[in-house]
Amino acid sequence: MSDEAPLTRQQIRRKRKFGEPILPEEEDEAEQEHRHIIAVELENTIGALNRVTNLFSARGFNLESVAVGETEEPSVARLTLVTVGNDRIVAQITRQLDNLVNTYDVTDLTDAEHVERELCLLKVQYTSETRPEILDIKDIFRGRVVNVTPETMVLEVTGPNKKINAFVGMMEEHGIEEVARSGQVAMHRALEYEAPNPLASADAESTTNGSASDE
Amino acid sequence: MPTDTLQSSDSATTANGAHDAPTLKGSEIFVRALEEEGVDRVFGHPGGAVIKIYDAMERIQPSYDHVLVRHEQGGTHAAEGYAKATGRVGTVLVTSGPGATNTVTGIADAYLDSVPIVVFTGQVPTHLIGNDSFQETDTTGVTRSITKHNFLVRDVNELASTVRQAYHIARTGRPGPVVVDIPKDVQMSEAPFLYPEEPDLDGYSVPGAAAPSQVDRAAQMIEEAEKPLLYSGGGTINADAPEALTRLARKANIPVTTTLHGLGAFPETDDLALGWLGMHGFYHTNMAVQNADLIIACGARFDDRVTGDVEAWAPNAEIIHIDIDPSCISKNVYADCALIGDAQEVLQQLLPKVEPKDTTDWLTQIDEWREECPPYEYEASENDDIAPESVVEQLYEKTQGDAVMVTDVGQHQMWVCQYYKFGQTRSHISSGGLGTMGFGLPAAMGAAFGMREGRDLDVVCVSGDGGFVMNAQELSVAARHGLPLKIAVLNNNYLGMVRQWQSLFHEERFSHTDLRPTNPDFVKLAEAHHCVGLRATSPDEVGDVIDQAWTVDDRPVLMEFQVPKEEMVFPMVPAGAASDDMLTEMFNKEKMAEK
Ligand SMILES: Cc1ncc(C[n+]2csc(CCOP(=O)(O)OP(=O)(O)O)c2C)c(N)n1
Ligand SMILES: [Mg+2]
Repeated sequence: MSDEAPLTRQQIRRKRKFGEPILPEEEDEAEQEHRHIIAVELENTIGALNRVTNLFSARGFNLESVAVGETEEPSVARLTLVTVGNDRIVAQITRQLDNLVNTYDVTDLTDAEHVERELCLLKVQYTSETRPEILDIKDIFRGRVVNVTPETMVLEVTGPNKKINAFVGMMEEHGIEEVARSGQVAMHRALEYEAPNPLASADAESTTNGSASDE
Repeated sequence: MPTDTLQSSDSATTANGAHDAPTLKGSEIFVRALEEEGVDRVFGHPGGAVIKIYDAMERIQPSYDHVLVRHEQGGTHAAEGYAKATGRVGTVLVTSGPGATNTVTGIADAYLDSVPIVVFTGQVPTHLIGNDSFQETDTTGVTRSITKHNFLVRDVNELASTVRQAYHIARTGRPGPVVVDIPKDVQMSEAPFLYPEEPDLDGYSVPGAAAPSQVDRAAQMIEEAEKPLLYSGGGTINADAPEALTRLARKANIPVTTTLHGLGAFPETDDLALGWLGMHGFYHTNMAVQNADLIIACGARFDDRVTGDVEAWAPNAEIIHIDIDPSCISKNVYADCALIGDAQEVLQQLLPKVEPKDTTDWLTQIDEWREECPPYEYEASENDDIAPESVVEQLYEKTQGDAVMVTDVGQHQMWVCQYYKFGQTRSHISSGGLGTMGFGLPAAMGAAFGMREGRDLDVVCVSGDGGFVMNAQELSVAARHGLPLKIAVLNNNYLGMVRQWQSLFHEERFSHTDLRPTNPDFVKLAEAHHCVGLRATSPDEVGDVIDQAWTVDDRPVLMEFQVPKEEMVFPMVPAGAASDDMLTEMFNKEKMAEK
């Protein structure tokens, strides 16, 4: 047994397909699905944005949220998207995005030290009885009241995705009239950041334009 | 437009100072930009939204030739055939709306097969865009997911630089189609004409060499392998790497199998040649794949027509994948070692690191499979029928591999791949990814035009009776230009490939595949288009017809070969089955005997 060659990835895939037991050492982390947050810098045009979103429908990739806006450079837009997939799929997504002629930079921030924020506007009905509790919840989530009418108020909360989910969940019993969420935006903390290659065990990034080097 | 402006422009087109640049109308800029780009042929069809460009062409009489095609789809396939035969970028010019939508099939075809073409479409004037104007189509929207990139030129000042970028994108990296949509008012406004020397493309880079650590790893894997196999695709040909591939194969004694688009990259008369693999690949080739312990994929993308059940494909093999497109890596089959870069450069990196090795046992094993189910053998037809395979064989006898073989889509296409022994690069042109019926004739026409610009090979088109009529109108164009095309129509009076699936998998319910009794008279069809028409109805006529066809050199010749409808292509891996789960001729005979 010990001097037998380890199984190839294709053999493991085949085992999985036919429901054969997979030994712990054959478990391929790359096959597990994870949530990924990816930042894309692209040309600030509708056409470029269109190509990015089109890629997801054309290739059947999952897209949970997308947020886009201008950067410090008006001709460049930054798009943050959230997707779910195994390493192979996510590598596909980043590489297909990279291949688009009008994207400049694609970074998978998932494993980086990064900050993530989403903005949520939520309109809720209130009465004199429910008002204090609604305001309490808002305070717990460090939100703000941005508009009030005699029957409704609009609350604003920012935070990571999970916090927004929790906030919306808490408000449900008070009768939500409307929710508008911006989708995640994210940024890594360091000055410079090179995202790891999800397929690192199989390939190192090639170099561009003929000059070869490692790293 | 005063003619003196046009004349003065000759001296200033490559100058860098804007003050030297002549002021031209958009339509003229377009014509001059194509000249600057070194285009030698445009396949086009006029209409309202490009009439200004056609007029400018007439006035300028540019250095390139324009070929008036008879259907815009034909134009795109002609550009593909031209590009594949020459390695240059094919150019198409059509009008807005229906002109543009007619190119969609050809663009999609070029996208899936990585063929470099640039399609210029006219568009309604910018102020009418979005109004559902006459002959308006959102061309960039329609073609977005089937182009490598596309442009809508909104400002005449950007026209020349957009043309420059379009050709650069189409040609470099993994090649592909680019669409440039030019509104009519942009063609009519004026701007200084300057053709940029370099394209201004920030977000676009092209891999060159692979990372050295990966090259070392690949060399190590090759050294350790006992049953290595090279699997080469169209990318090897796009990168002009067949020679490097051949050197690698011979140096390390690694057998080579080629995909449909890879045919011609490795001489099929070589001892290491296994021919093509996949759904209709040879038995010994697919067996080699399933038993290999190392597969070196070069410019190939593990298409499902190659792998069948991808999870059961090459189960024992580790995979080295050489590709210029990073998104191809681990898309269908996991790569254990990826060499991202230009195939030519990567093979050059790899060559000095690979040591000669002895693979005799492995080659002997493959020979045993070859004996079990020999390639190039088929049942000679009973009755007095022409075996379709024999037509391909005799075409090979006639040309000895010195021809560009262009096919349409169907059974005849598979027989060409199986029975023609390709011996040189860029000698096989076919629609593989999209499988477009109607591709063959216009693509062959484009290839024949390509032969005028350098290579001098016969161009042979092998088509089916179904697909041929889908773009038969292009016969007129080939005749008008006196192209000595040799066209073989294997007429089985059926949509043969569909009929084959109906025979094998649908209990012989031949739903809507019979083209009788009103299939055209192909000889008359040829003659109606000013071509020569010939017909063979029995085996002894085949050679004569071919000999006769080769005596005509001033126009196309169509040879109709009447073949039986029952013929099937074997071996066959049914869609989605494992590659070693092949139906062979034997299986078919047993089945017939049962009945
Ligand atoms: C445009 C288009 N329509 C339909 C098909 C599906 N199809 C694939 S092969 C085939 C039959 C082709 O018949 P024919 O041209 O006579 O060639 P044969 O198979 O008989 O050699 C069909 C209908 C296709 N590939 N392309
Ligand atoms: Mg037919």
